[in-house]
Amino acid sequence: MSRSYLFKNLKDAAGKPLELAVSNGRFVKVDSASANFELIDGKGLTAIPGLVDLHTHLREPGKEDAETVLSGSTAAVAGGFTAISAMPNTSPIADTAGVVEQVFRLGRSHDLCDVFPIGAVTLGQQGKILSEMGAMHSSEAKVRIFSDDGHCVWDSLVMRRALEYVKAFDGVIAQHAQDPRLTHGSQMNEGEVSAALGLKGWPAAAEESIIARDLLLNEHVGSRLHICHLTTAGGVELVRWAKKRGIQVTAEVTPHHLLLTDELARSYDPVYKVNPPLRTERDVMALREGVADGTIDVIATDHAPHPAEDKDCEWAAASFGMIGLETALSVSYKALVDSGLMKLGDLIERMSTAPARIGRYEGHGSLAIGNEANFTLVDIDATWRVETLGIRSKSKNSPYLGLELPVTVESTYLRGKEVFSR
Amino acid sequence: MKRHLLSIADLSKDEALNVLDTAAELARITETPVKKLPTLRGRTIVNLFFEDSTRTRISFEAAAKRLSADVINFSARGSSLSKGESLKDTALTLQAMGADGVVIRHPASGAAHRLASQEWMSGSVINAGDGTHEHPTQALLDAFTIRENLRESTGDLTDLNVAIVGDVLHSRVARSNVLLLKKLGARVTLIAPPTLLPVAVNSWGCNVKYDFDSDLKTYDVVMMLRVQRERMEDAFFPSEREYARRYGLNAARLSQLNSGCIVMHPGPMNRGLEISADSADSDKSVIVDQVKNGVAVRMAALYLLLGGE
Repeated sequence: MSRSYLFKNLKDAAGKPLELAVSNGRFVKVDSASANFELIDGKGLTAIPGLVDLHTHLREPGKEDAETVLSGSTAAVAGGFTAISAMPNTSPIADTAGVVEQVFRLGRSHDLCDVFPIGAVTLGQQGKILSEMGAMHSSEAKVRIFSDDGHCVWDSLVMRRALEYVKAFDGVIAQHAQDPRLTHGSQMNEGEVSAALGLKGWPAAAEESIIARDLLLNEHVGSRLHICHLTTAGGVELVRWAKKRGIQVTAEVTPHHLLLTDELARSYDPVYKVNPPLRTERDVMALREGVADGTIDVIATDHAPHPAEDKDCEWAAASFGMIGLETALSVSYKALVDSGLMKLGDLIERMSTAPARIGRYEGHGSLAIGNEANFTLVDIDATWRVETLGIRSKSKNSPYLGLELPVTVESTYLRGKEVFSR
Repeated sequence: MKRHLLSIADLSKDEALNVLDTAAELARITETPVKKLPTLRGRTIVNLFFEDSTRTRISFEAAAKRLSADVINFSARGSSLSKGESLKDTALTLQAMGADGVVIRHPASGAAHRLASQEWMSGSVINAGDGTHEHPTQALLDAFTIRENLRESTGDLTDLNVAIVGDVLHSRVARSNVLLLKKLGARVTLIAPPTLLPVAVNSWGCNVKYDFDSDLKTYDVVMMLRVQRERMEDAFFPSEREYARRYGLNAARLSQLNSGCIVMHPGPMNRGLEISADSADSDKSVIVDQVKNGVAVRMAALYLLLGGE
C-alpha cells in the first residue's frame, strides 16, 4: 500500500499526454513525486478511471458453480472494473443485513475490486413486503441501491412506498421494468423474428408501461429512480421526456443491447437468450443515441453467469442471461466510439464517473488528485479475440465467442495496487 | 436434399416439388399388394417423441417400415423440460445406439434445430413438430393433398386461394404451410381473431382477415386449425361458443363455399368447435386423404434424406 510510483508516458481519454503519481493508494500531484517514487513507463497506454458496474450477478451465496465473488471479481478486474455491484438474487436472497455484509466482506477479503452489494427491495424479491432496507444501509455494506432485479416491483403501491422510503438515506430504487402478466412464459422480443420462430413474444410495451408508471410515481414522490437495462426505443423516449420534465431518474443500458439484435435468435442458440431480450436494429440505434445524448446515464453489464448445462439445451429450457464483465468496455467502444457517436472520454463517463455518482461509490470514477488510485490502463489501438479459454468468469456463456473486439485492458489498479495485468 | 428436414424455409421450391413427386411415386408402389421397398434395409430410424402424438408417430413408423428400416420408438414425454434427462443426453444415447435418422417431436420451438446443429449426433434429423414453430412434413402432406385434389398430382399450386383459419399464433402447421404454399405459388389468406395472430403477421406476405364470412366463395382450399381449449383461460377469446360462431366452419359457411373447394384439418379435430361434424364429414372434406398421404410424404422425406447414402 505504501508503494509510491510515477507513471510516465500515458495518455488521457482525449489522447493528451498524461502522468500519474500514486502514493499511499491515492493520486498525488505529479510535481510532488520525489526521487523515491518508482518510475514506470506507461508505453503510451491510455489511463482511465477504473470502470464501475452497477449491475453484476455474482451468484454467491447459493450458486457457486456459476460464479463466486472471487471469480466474478477476477473477471471484473480483467475487464477494467474497480467496482461492481452485486445483485441480490442469490440464495439466500440479499434482503437482510447479514447477507449483504457477507457479500461485502467476501469482496473485501479478495481485495481485487470493491464489491458493493445491492439489497432486495422486497422480502424474498416477492414484491409484497419491503425488506429492511434501512438495516442494509446502516450495515457495514452501506447499501444504497436496492433492486428486485430479475423480478419487477410490479405492485404500484409497493413501488411508491419503496421510492419514498429510501429517501431517508439517499437510496436508489433500481427497477427491472417488466410487466409479469404481459411476459408470462416469454422467450424473446415480440416481433417479426418471434413470429417466424414460434417463440413466445416479449412486447416492448411490457417494459415501457412499467417505466412510464415509475416515472410518474417518482415525479409524485421525488425520490431517486434508476431504470435497469433499458432495451427499447420507446423506453429511451420516455426517459428523455422525464428528464426534460425534471423527474429524477437515471437509466442504464447493457453492452449487449447496444450491439446485438433479436435476429440472432434464429440460430435457436440460447447463448442469445437474455432478460430483457435482445430487440431490433431500430432499438439498438435508439439506445446508442440515448447514451450519446446523455438520456441513458450509464452502461452496466448485467453480467449473468450460467453453467454450461443451463445453456446447452433447447431455447425454452435455457436460463436467461449472458456474461459481460470482460467484454463490456470493448463492446461498448465498438458500438459507440468506433461508430463515431461518442468520444472515449464520454464513454468512460458513462462506464465509470456516472455509475460511481449514482451509487455514491466514493473513491471511484475519477483520476483527480487526492482520490483513491482506482484506475485502468487500456490499449485503444489493440484488438483481441474472445475465446472460451481466456474467459476468467467461471461461466462461459458469452455471446461474443470468436468475435474480434477493439481495446485491450492492460492493467487494473485498486487503491494503487495492481490487481490485474494482461 | 440436405441432411436434415427442420423447416420448410430450408427447402427450395424444386426440392419441395421433388418431395411431392417422390411421394406420388411411392404412393403408387404402396398401392400394390406388397407394400414394402427394400431401400432403407438395415438402417435405424428413431421416433423421438417428447410430446404425445400417436397419429404422427404411427404415420412415421408406417413410412419407415414400408421402406424396410428398423424403427425404434422412444417416448420421452416431458423429460427434458422437466429437468430430467436433457435433450443432449438423449441425443448422445441415440448416437451410441447408431441411429441413422431421428424423427423428433418436441414441445420446445427450435428443439429439432438444436439436435441438428450441435455435435451431439451424426444422423439425419426430421422435425415432426417443434413447439409452436414448424411441422414441415404436415405442410408437405397438405400440399400433396391439395395437388392431388386440385392439380391432378403434378406441378405447383400457382394461383390457388388457400384460407388458413384459426389459432395461427400457436400453430406450427400454419407456419410451415404459409412458407410452403407461398413457395409453391398459392395465395394464402389467414383468418383468425386478432389475438390469435402474431403481432408481426404482416411480415409473412399473406392476406390477413378477421372475418370468416366475407369472400367465402373465393377460396379453393379452407384449412381449419385446431384450437386448444385452454387458450380461453389466457383471454385469447371469450368462450368456445363465441369462437365457434365467429371462426368455426359450420353448415352455413360450408354451403357458401364454391363447389370445387376442399376442406382440410391437420387433426385431431375438435368437432363442434373449429369444425362442425357436417363439415368434417362432407364431400368437400379431404381430411382422411391427408392422413393417408402423410405416410407417402414421410416415406419420400425418409427416402430422400437417408436413401441416397
